[in-house]
Amino acid sequence: MTIGPNSRRTPAHIARPKPAAGGARTSAMIASLDAEGRSTVPAPFGNALVELAKSRDDIVGLTADLSKYTDLHVFAKAYPDRFYQMGMAEALLMSTAAGMAREGFTPFATTYAVFASRRAYDFIVMAIAEENLPVKIVCALPGLTTGYGPSHQATEDLAIMRGMPNLTVVDPCDATEITQATQAIAASPGPVYMRLLRGQVPDVLGEYGYEFELGKAKEIRGGSDVLFISSGFMTMRCLDAAAALEKDGVSCAVLHSPTIKPLDEATICAEAAKGGRLVVTAENHSVTGGLGEAVAGALARNQVHVPFRQVALPDEFLDAGALPSLHDQYGLSVSSITTRVKGWLSD
Amino acid sequence: MEHPAGSNVSLARRAWSIRRLALRMGEVQGQGYIGQALGVADVLAVSYFHALRYRPGDPDWEGRDRFLLSIGHYAIALYAAMVEAGILPEDEIETYGMDDSRLPMSGMAAYTPGMEITGGSLGHGLGIAVGMALGLKRKKNGAFVYNMLSDGELGEGSTWEAVMGAAAWKLDNLIAIVDFNNQQADGPTTEALATGPGTEAAKWQAFGWHAEEVDGNDIEAVVAAFDRARNLTEPKPRAIICNTKMCKGVPFLEDREITHFVRVEPEEWAKALDHLDGEMPA
Repeated sequence: MTIGPNSRRTPAHIARPKPAAGGARTSAMIASLDAEGRSTVPAPFGNALVELAKSRDDIVGLTADLSKYTDLHVFAKAYPDRFYQMGMAEALLMSTAAGMAREGFTPFATTYAVFASRRAYDFIVMAIAEENLPVKIVCALPGLTTGYGPSHQATEDLAIMRGMPNLTVVDPCDATEITQATQAIAASPGPVYMRLLRGQVPDVLGEYGYEFELGKAKEIRGGSDVLFISSGFMTMRCLDAAAALEKDGVSCAVLHSPTIKPLDEATICAEAAKGGRLVVTAENHSVTGGLGEAVAGALARNQVHVPFRQVALPDEFLDAGALPSLHDQYGLSVSSITTRVKGWLSD
Repeated sequence: MEHPAGSNVSLARRAWSIRRLALRMGEVQGQGYIGQALGVADVLAVSYFHALRYRPGDPDWEGRDRFLLSIGHYAIALYAAMVEAGILPEDEIETYGMDDSRLPMSGMAAYTPGMEITGGSLGHGLGIAVGMALGLKRKKNGAFVYNMLSDGELGEGSTWEAVMGAAAWKLDNLIAIVDFNNQQADGPTTEALATGPGTEAAKWQAFGWHAEEVDGNDIEAVVAAFDRARNLTEPKPRAIICNTKMCKGVPFLEDREITHFVRVEPEEWAKALDHLDGEMPA
């Protein structure tokens, strides 16, 4: 036989004609969701951890060369003797956190979501989750929050982490929620994986009087035609989509479900069972194995039979590019959501 | 020292007892990693009856030296050592590997008193040891953390992440014990990624560790190596590469073609025990 080259994927924009000069946008390395005219809060996770550490001597922070990109540098500056730089070594990061937890500490270990979920999985499973140790894994660049392509885009992290027994999985929406969730996961006894938005993080939920509770989904706004069930920054997008759709006479509720596991099945099923509404899950994650499929499973198991649609990333390796373009391309933008919801309602 | 070292039982006798207890567990199941257990018995005898501080009746005592078994399949050997040490009751060896037993065939922390970590997925132990050593330092607890790992485990990249991490953090309270029997599942370790006796310690030294190789079946040599590792004043982690012979102490098994999982025929368990009974050290 002759061995020749195998076929490989060609990103859509490479296959397309080149855009005109000046029309291109930059590829944002860091999740930059602040260009939406919202008020923002700097480094909510880092600052929340510093605040928490004032009364909790057991809290330590560890990272694998990504303190600056996970906002842990704020903690490192405030508590240099409680900060552990483990180098570019994610297996060591997780194992060390497990060892410190065995000795009574509550370690917060940070890296990117791709590295925790893909590279360090066995170490989280066996050193941390199997022994139910209180290690809090906090990861930046969840889902599609960078234009760097598949090396940095953790589009399947929720699916991977949901598969792990004992692990609580949290996908917070904004600065308010990150601050509250940091306190809540520190108070919870077991291991946690929390997705992180870092840097200048939008502050949205405060105006709704929202308060994070681990394991609870909460209605942010009511509506009679559509029930969005969302997590992470997609709740912001759903709120914007709901406002836009309202102008077109479509009434949308938004149920925010930041705890992906254990899922608040009771609230989700009760809301869906009210009937008369199209249920639309919305997540910054692949269609496979994230919030959407978790909700679908809960509805099916509980005999809640309702029309169901999913806003999620495709089961593909995504392109590189500028984040706003990519969100349009892959259906996470507000306009993409509103267009599809209208289409689904008229199906 | 809070361990039974003060008794007048020799380390050779302790190693003999560990071998005997491991064989009795193997006999219960008709199988077990007996080649490894017999090979590492001398190192475990030195660990539990010379080096480690512990209270047999209080395996969670905060002042104890932590002994982390990476290599879950060596549990049969560690159970034997812990029975001999009085941490586990002797009659439990009759339950080895059975339903509801506290002595599963691969060691797990949740099952067994004195079992610090869940091993079995190789390449985990040394990293966890780094975390425990850092934790002990934070608590100003002077205990040592020992991690027993295997030569095959040196093929795992995560082991070397931990080797670098321990050196970077100057963990002078961490002692790695490598059981180098040159046998992994598919064949000799030196035909895979390990380079073998005479070269392994140099690797660890190059990473900033105190490291030495010893004949792991020479009790006096092992004692001396443990003493040097414990008493070293340099702020660096310590490694003892123990070159051991699988099936050591039972000649008809030593002479058998050595594999990762040494097969023992049903009637041979008693024969092996009989041999040991005839060679009880003082």
